Amino acid sequence: MSEKKPSVGTYTMVFVALLILAALTTGIAYINLGELNTVVALAIAALKMCLVGLFFMHLWYSRGLIRIVVLAGFFWLALMVSFVLADVFSRSWIKLPSP
Amino acid sequence: MSESAAGSPLVTPSARHLRPALHHQFEELEQQYDASSFGMWVFLATEMLFFGGVFTGYIMYRSLYYSGFAAGSHGLEVDLGAAMTFVLLASSFTMAMAVHAARAGKRVMLVGLLSSTIILGIAFLAMKFTEYFHKWHEQLVPGLNFHPAVESLRGAPEHTVELFMCFYFFMTGLHALHMIIGIGLLSVMAILAWRGKISREHYNRVEVSGLYWHFVDIIWIYLFPLLYLIGGRYK
Repeated sequence: MSEKKPSVGTYTMVFVALLILAALTTGIAYINLGELNTVVALAIAALKMCLVGLFFMHLWYSRGLIRIVVLAGFFWLALMVSFVLADVFSRSWIKLPSP
Repeated sequence: MSESAAGSPLVTPSARHLRPALHHQFEELEQQYDASSFGMWVFLATEMLFFGGVFTGYIMYRSLYYSGFAAGSHGLEVDLGAAMTFVLLASSFTMAMAVHAARAGKRVMLVGLLSSTIILGIAFLAMKFTEYFHKWHEQLVPGLNFHPAVESLRGAPEHTVELFMCFYFFMTGLHALHMIIGIGLLSVMAILAWRGKISREHYNRVEVSGLYWHFVDIIWIYLFPLLYLIGGRYK
């Protein structure tokens, strides 16, 4: 049964964590980390997404069926992104005569 | 799954004038809640791909025309973007608390929290449209008014900056459209709650609307770094 749900305390803690992470990602953008800037920004975004998904959207407490739907969504998204990028970036590997 | 219905406080009708919460096609409320959440999550999975299409295009063109995207990104107001992030996160918090209040059957609290969420959502949109207005003023609207000042290009080719601005308007516009739909949805919930139509047994209506709202929040969680923070903001 999905009767267990987070308490007010849990929601508040997650909210405070989200605010700190939002401030952190903005602050870090002003520090020169080179290539790492994008990686860190996306890692923080992923962490924030997990917090919202697990606690605000109750995935932490959800049943397997709903988790599978979420994973399927990510799987399709990964397929779309990876196949498109694989196409775009492998085009220059083989030199074709221009028409 | 087969916890006895008689013992559960959820099944006891708290208000007899309401339509029964349990629809005839379900055996028990728990099954009905699961079905409605499942339906919303399947819809959200399609929404992931809907937004995913623009995100994929963005990732592709960002790698192809990095300098133009960085120059375009540096033209956006990061303070405003950060403020919008805080407002939207706060709205997600009040939304989560609204679901909590609905589960507890606290009507006045539910109406208050739903209204706060709506107000924060409207505040977000107001900031968004302020920024659109600024972009119009800076002549950075592709197709309609695109004559950027030279310093905003930072040596990048003009058409790649224009491409970035296209993505900016499409991604934030699509997100804003979802915000408007979400505000409409929550307004319906707030009115229903105000009229006492959302009893504890009906709380899953609020839960399902909340899932949609949080999803739109997550989209912004990605849009903020992707659009405003590309390649850092350091000098």
